[in-house]
Amino acid sequence: MSDVADRVRKIVVEHLGVEEDKVVEGASFIDDLGADSLDTVELVMAFEEEFGIEIPDDAAETIQSFGDAVKFIKEAS
Amino acid sequence: MFDLTGKNALITGASGGIGGEIAKTLHAAGATVGLSGTRVEPLEALAAELGGRAHVLPCNLSDAEAVDALPKQAAEAMGSVDILVNNAGITRDQVFMRMKDDEWADVINVNLTSTMRLCKGVIRGMMKARSGRIINVSSIVGATGNPGQANYAASKAGMVGMSKSIAYEVASRGITVNCIAPGFIATAMTDKLTDDQKDKINVQIPAGRMGTPAEIAAAALYLASDGAAYVTGTTLHVNGGMAML
Repeated sequence: MSDVADRVRKIVVEHLGVEEDKVVEGASFIDDLGADSLDTVELVMAFEEEFGIEIPDDAAETIQSFGDAVKFIKEAS
Repeated sequence: MFDLTGKNALITGASGGIGGEIAKTLHAAGATVGLSGTRVEPLEALAAELGGRAHVLPCNLSDAEAVDALPKQAAEAMGSVDILVNNAGITRDQVFMRMKDDEWADVINVNLTSTMRLCKGVIRGMMKARSGRIINVSSIVGATGNPGQANYAASKAGMVGMSKSIAYEVASRGITVNCIAPGFIATAMTDKLTDDQKDKINVQIPAGRMGTPAEIAAAALYLASDGAAYVTGTTLHVNGGMAML
């Protein structure tokens, strides 16, 4: 598992209070991990800070799952 | 009773009668204040009067880029924005059938759209802090309507609906969003009225007089305080009974 994925998983686990093994590639933040829409905004804010990147609103909307987040961040950083 | 020591408050329209009084009141309760407005001299005069814990942050609210930059500037100057008071507003009164598109758009832009932008700009930090206070200064006419003020009344009613919606979304993060709706308040604007005009206004007010900026500032202080943590999405009408809503 890449370093990016580990760091993203840590943020998701901390923020949503879910078990680490639930945070798999296709896990949807809202449908599988119990996030509400504001949680997804906060997750994106946390990703921006952790990786020192800026995620514009239209891109943020496409980040629906753990896999989406890892893919986006790898491409952006 | 209300202690704001350690809190940082950004106040728009701080060069005006009501905004200046809100700034003074929050400052007196211990807050550090960011004074925003278009006219620099009155802001600097107010900052000098307050002494420490006051920052001048000029901003033209009809300039979208300047509005987007303001929360960042305020956070840089003060360290954070814990309290936002959207007090700035303009009027472009005109009988509705003659109201031009630009008279409509200017008022909506400054009063409603800039409020939206500033709310968005401060909520990020408030969400992280798990606390925050947003106070939007609406108006009695947003609830009652007023001839010649279709644009202004629409902007002020819009503020109420927007505040309630934001309040829903961010309540779980410890952020409250409320409105204050002043009635007739004695300011430089109402000083221009003749005694005859003032008398005609006063008979419509059960309290028999206009309100003072300090009476609006007291409402803002309450909503900004820790004591108002469970008050959100509401509109506090401060109007001497002129409209009992």
